[in-house]
Amino acid sequence: MSTPSRLVAAASALLVLSSAGLAEGPGLGRVATPDEIASWDISIGPDGAGLPPGRGTPKQGETVYAEKCLACHGEMGAGKPNDQLVGGRGSLSGEQAPVKTVGSFWPYATTLFDYVRRAMPLNAPKSLSDDEVYAVSAYILQLNGIIGEADVMDAQTLPQVQMPNRNGFIVFSPAK
Amino acid sequence: MDHKRLATGRSDPAAGNGLLDRRRLFAAAATGSMAALISRPGAAAAGELVVEPWMREVGSPFTGYGQPSRFEAKVARIWASAPGTTATGASRTPHHLLDGTITPSGLHFERHHSGIPDIDPEAHRLLIHGLVKRPLVFTLEALARYPMVSRIAFIECGGNSGALYQKTPVAGGVQALHGLVSCAEWTGVRLADVLGEAGVDPRAQWVLAEGADAAGMSRSVPLAKAMDDAILALYQNGERVRPSNGYPLRLLLPGYEGNMNVKWLRRIKVTEWPTMTKDETSKYTISLPDGKALQFVFPIEAKSVITRPSPGLAMKGVGLYEISGLAWSGYGKIAKVDVSADGGKSWAPAVLQEPVLAKALTRFRVAWRWDGGPAILQSRATDESGYVQPTRARLIADRGMKTIYHFNGIASWAVGENGEVTHVYA
Repeated sequence: MSTPSRLVAAASALLVLSSAGLAEGPGLGRVATPDEIASWDISIGPDGAGLPPGRGTPKQGETVYAEKCLACHGEMGAGKPNDQLVGGRGSLSGEQAPVKTVGSFWPYATTLFDYVRRAMPLNAPKSLSDDEVYAVSAYILQLNGIIGEADVMDAQTLPQVQMPNRNGFIVFSPAK
Repeated sequence: MDHKRLATGRSDPAAGNGLLDRRRLFAAAATGSMAALISRPGAAAAGELVVEPWMREVGSPFTGYGQPSRFEAKVARIWASAPGTTATGASRTPHHLLDGTITPSGLHFERHHSGIPDIDPEAHRLLIHGLVKRPLVFTLEALARYPMVSRIAFIECGGNSGALYQKTPVAGGVQALHGLVSCAEWTGVRLADVLGEAGVDPRAQWVLAEGADAAGMSRSVPLAKAMDDAILALYQNGERVRPSNGYPLRLLLPGYEGNMNVKWLRRIKVTEWPTMTKDETSKYTISLPDGKALQFVFPIEAKSVITRPSPGLAMKGVGLYEISGLAWSGYGKIAKVDVSADGGKSWAPAVLQEPVLAKALTRFRVAWRWDGGPAILQSRATDESGYVQPTRARLIADRGMKTIYHFNGIASWAVGENGEVTHVYA
């Protein structure tokens, strides 16, 4: 191949590359910086991906709970006026209505951290510190008999908590 | 066509207890033999044709944004909110007072998990990140420069009709029992186009969609759905999406349960696995009799409901009525709707009003001559995939009664001899 034709080939390759880029769309999105993403990415995967630094114990959580959660979720997570958080183990099968709580039904402890941090308390969502979210999560898990009073919840321990109903779900298969 | 029969005013029965072949019926009307068919319920009395005051004075001035007639004030949503909250709950569409297939935006059902945010569109951003080559931030102005598409689609809450799982029929009508479904024309940018620009990693199989409401409502969506027909919706019925339906940006996933159509969309995270959010584990899963729960029940399966007659719309005397209702399926187009006036003993095919669109509400109609006796009205939808709406008994035999989600069994309205219409199991 002569030098000019090699140049033409290289130029064509560049053209193909750039037009392929344009063909993907108007390109009006701005590239997000890692800091921006970190400030917005509040979701926690079931493997614990995304859990922040921090820690909390059931005892610390009891204090947070009394102040921020009890009015809606009742003494020790018993429920009323809003969702029951504790109890219901063994109620899912049989004739009676299932009592679906964090302890009896939720398959992943990471979901508890994710949801409390993003949505609770209802009147002031995203107001709890990460330590407070770990602590109140620990308290709910301890009330359900899933972790001990001395256990510490953090980014390493929370994803390792074995939830009782972890294997209670079947992925739906569409009829179509 | 049997002209002799039409001339006598008779119309072929299409099924038992007065269901009529609609095509023949209107042919009969054209021959002037309608009197033989109808006893004229609600007909105008003689001597009423006067020149009304609104013909003798100048009408109202212009307004910037029109409202329904003051005589239509009863056409409104009803709602319930969790204890101690003002908008953590749902409002329901009054389908018994509407017709056609498009739900007016102000009457579209709502389901909020922590109220309706008041979002400044100038400040709103959409972040696309996770397993992508280039994480991207979009302003609404930027998104609006992308090629747009429109499609008419229903959205149905996973909890719609959930009361029909209860042992005894809950007193209520179309709105209270089945009002968590609506249909609109949605316009926006294909999610696939934006994901294409970000460059999806081959390992990715899911996306997490997250709202900018106080609850940060979030759901995992299969990447295949995101790349297929998902729309970043900016417009609803021609105007910007209403705040109660996700202003300024809503994820539309045609045919998928309502909760996944994330409102106030602020973030799409491309992931390898589902995130297992609160609303796809503790909620929106179907508890089965053996204690297990079905998870990721995404498509809304074929369903229909008669909107008229229905509870609250009492019959006005014997004679001719149109039975009218809505059918829909997350699997595609409605292929057929059958209607029964005798509790499912016999069925007549209803007329499907054009256009029949995939994953949109479809209006069906059938003519009925009520003879004043008891009747049980039912409708049964079949979609283009061949899926047939099950009876309530069949659905419960398969899934039990421990759930409130995805009830799509056949619903029954009883018409009593007094003309009152009530919800029953039949």
